[in-house]
This record gives sequence, structure tokens and C-alpha cells, in this order.
Amino acid sequence: MSRVGWIRLLVIVLAVGLLEAACRLGFIDHRVIIAPSAMADALVRLLISGQVNHQMARTFGIIAIAVAIAVVLGFALGLLVHALPRVRQALEPFFATYYAVPIFIFYPIMVAIFGLSVVPILLIGVLNAIVAMVIATLNGLDRVPRVLMKTARVHHMGPLATALRLKLPAAAPHLFTGVKLAVSYGFIAVIASEFILAPAGLGRVISDAYSDFNNPRMYALMLLLLIVATVVNMALHAVDQRWAERRGIRKP
Amino acid sequence: MTATRRAADTFAILVALVLAWQVLHQVVGATALPGPVPTLSYLAKFVPTARFIENATATLVCFAYALAFSYAIGLAIGVWMGAHHLSGAVGEPVLISLYTLPKITLYPVVLLIFGLSLPGRVTFGAMHGVLPVALLTMSAIRNIPPVYLKAARTLHLSTAQTIFTVLLPATLPEVVAGLRIGFTLTLLGVLLAEMFAAKQGLGFLIINAMSLLQTEEMITVAVMLFAFAALANALLLWMEHRLHHRT
Repeated sequence: MSRVGWIRLLVIVLAVGLLEAACRLGFIDHRVIIAPSAMADALVRLLISGQVNHQMARTFGIIAIAVAIAVVLGFALGLLVHALPRVRQALEPFFATYYAVPIFIFYPIMVAIFGLSVVPILLIGVLNAIVAMVIATLNGLDRVPRVLMKTARVHHMGPLATALRLKLPAAAPHLFTGVKLAVSYGFIAVIASEFILAPAGLGRVISDAYSDFNNPRMYALMLLLLIVATVVNMALHAVDQRWAERRGIRKP
Repeated sequence: MTATRRAADTFAILVALVLAWQVLHQVVGATALPGPVPTLSYLAKFVPTARFIENATATLVCFAYALAFSYAIGLAIGVWMGAHHLSGAVGEPVLISLYTLPKITLYPVVLLIFGLSLPGRVTFGAMHGVLPVALLTMSAIRNIPPVYLKAARTLHLSTAQTIFTVLLPATLPEVVAGLRIGFTLTLLGVLLAEMFAAKQGLGFLIINAMSLLQTEEMITVAVMLFAFAALANALLLWMEHRLHHRT
């Protein structure tokens, strides 16, 4: 590991250590924050007991389905809009505004329409994720080099073959950025919905544990969500960087 | 000519969306989703009432505090990590992974620390806004071409002159982009905080209306928030555009 990496690790370990010490020495009330070691301990016990397996499967399942729908549908919509420049120009202001308005406030309205079930959570997850995928698809298709399209003409490739064998691989790094964003946005929307109002799911369990003053359970599940989100995001980020480097695209 | 046609096309899509709303209303029924016309007439009646104004003011006050904290802390972190190379290299990946976390998970911690109070909602809002402001400020400072600083030295500019005539203009467009994203996320954070646990504010109004099945009120509040966020975003985008294309 590089020197910077070691310093970063040291800073994180120090921060966690300070929190641990402050909790153990009683500077922080255990009714407010419990020690990190206690959180980890509670998480391990909870995972071994299997009490929340069902809720975990539900939440992560909804996220996976929402992201899958958003990615496939978003790519298809992106292809469609890219083929219609006039529609695309008209949609441009909507794309610029979409993530600026809190889409999430639609969630209660969806609950009113579809009832308190898995449907509104799934829908808000898809809605929050799909536009990122559409925008990434448009960006990717814009950057397919002209010379590739000429090559396709020279080789008399049909439109379907051009789309699948040239456009898709050429746009892939940008599409992957869209997938990465879709995962992150889908995750946030599903967890937030479960927190605010849901019949079940990890967000609901955390919010119940909060109301019951069950701190070990609450912090254990928070830790679980944070670990899962961090690992997934870091893995996607690493793949994204590698693809971008291979294609010679510099990414921020 | 093309600009008017583009505006007309955008308007046509807006009309199509309202039509889709009407169709959905016909399908799911009036109690689940009132149509656009009754909702808009409800909006005209509800917005001037004291109840709406009180809650909107509560949200605005909370948002203003949260935004001030987001910007102040975000800019401070951004300048520090942009100017000091080692801190930036150490801190950037940490900031990026914090940025992608679903921060709603941490709201109960904020509540345990602050209780159901204004400082809690402000903190939660600021938690959302700080990271994009810090990240974009940092990258703006790092991306200053070194030749600018050399030119400033060659011209014997004082520190204050260097900051105001070289550094600030060079970083401003990207910083404003950060402020725009920070604005959006702070608003989301404040609304989430009000939806989860509060007795006032527009987020509370939406959740309250949902439990009373007052769909018109829910959509009214949503439409007003949308209009507010969209206008603010358009204004900041316009500023950004102006900064990018100045001569």
C-alpha cells in the first residue's frame, strides 16, 4: 500500500479508536452512541441468530430488482431518445432538472395510489435510478467514434449488428458509469422509503429499533448497511476506473 | 427560431405529462389520485392559507441554516484539501465513499444526539450538502493551471491580488457547480428529516396528508417544492453557464 494509503488507514483507525475510547470512558452516553466494538459485536450476533435474514433478503432483493429494471429500461430509453434528436433537445431541460428536485417526495403519493406494499418502494427506486442510466447512455452513444460507424458501413453491417457489436462495446465505459449511479441512487431511494414508511425491510427495522430505544440492534443494522453500501460502491468504482483507463478516458 | 421551436417542444412534453396525469387519474380513481384540474384549484386555495405559509416558513428557515452550514463547512474542507496536497490525497476517497452512502441510515444517530429539534434537522440537511461542495471545491483548486500562479508571481501580485484576480475567477465555475448540487441535496436532507420525524415543515405536511389520505394536499406541497427546486436550479445553472462562457 502507498504512503497515502497508510496515512488514510491510520486516520480512520484513530477516528474509530477515539470514538471507542470516548464511549468506553463515558464521555459519550451509551444511550446516544454505543462503542464501535459493541456495534460490531451486536452485528455479528444478529447475523448468527438469523433474525433479520428475511428483512435483508427483502431489502437487497428490492434494490437489485429496481436497479435491474432501471438499467435495462434506461438503456432502451437512451437508445430511443438518442435516435430522435428533436425529442432529445426537448427533454434536455427535464434532464437538467431531474436530480435537482426531490423526486423522493413522490413516495407518499405512490403509497396513496398503490397502497403500502412493495410496489411504491420499487417504483421510487426505479424512478430515482433510471434517469441517471438514460443520461449515461446518451453520453456514451455521443462518444462512439465516427470512424467506427464508417467501418460498419464499409463492412455492410446491419443496424442491429452495429448497435450490438459496435455501439454497445464502444459506449460500455459510459454505460457502466450509469450502472454505478443507478445502484447508488436505487440503494438510497429504497432505504429511505423503508425508513419513512414501509411494511417491512431493513430501513423499517432500524426505524423500529430507534423507536424502541434498542440501540445495539439499531447500530448493528446501520453498520451493516454502511458496510454493504461502501463495499458495493468501492467495487463499482474500481471497475469503473479500470474500464475508463483501458479506454483511455480520463474520469474525475 | 430554433430556440422557440425547442421551447415549444419542451412545452409539448409538459402538456403530455399533465395528460398522462389525467389518464392515470381516470385509471386509479379520484381518491387515490385527483386529476390535475381539482389539484390546481386546491393549490390556489391552499397556498395562501396560514397553515401552508407557517410550514413553508419552517422548512425555509431550517433549509437556510442547513445551507449556510453546508456551504461554510464544505468550502472550508474543499479549500483545505485542495490547497494541501497530502490532506487531499488522504481525504478524497473518504469523502467520495461518504458521498455515496445513504445518509438517511444515520438520521437516528442525529436524532439521539439532538432530539426532535431544529438543530437536528439542520445537521441532517448539512450532512447531505457538505460533501459535494467540498469535493467540487477541492477539484476546482487542484485543476488551476500552474501557469496562472507563475504569471501571478511574474507580475508581482500581492497575496490578496492573487486570490481575487487569479484564484477566485479560475475556480468559480466549478465551485458554483458544487454549490448547486449542495443546494439540491441539502433540500432533500431537510425534507427527509421532516418526513421522518418532525411536527412542522413541508415534509411533515406531506406525511400528515398521506395518513389523512389528503392526496390533493400532498400533490400541492410536492408541486410547490418542485417549482422551488427547479427555479433555484435553473438560476444556479444559468450562473454556472455565464461563468464558463465569460471572456
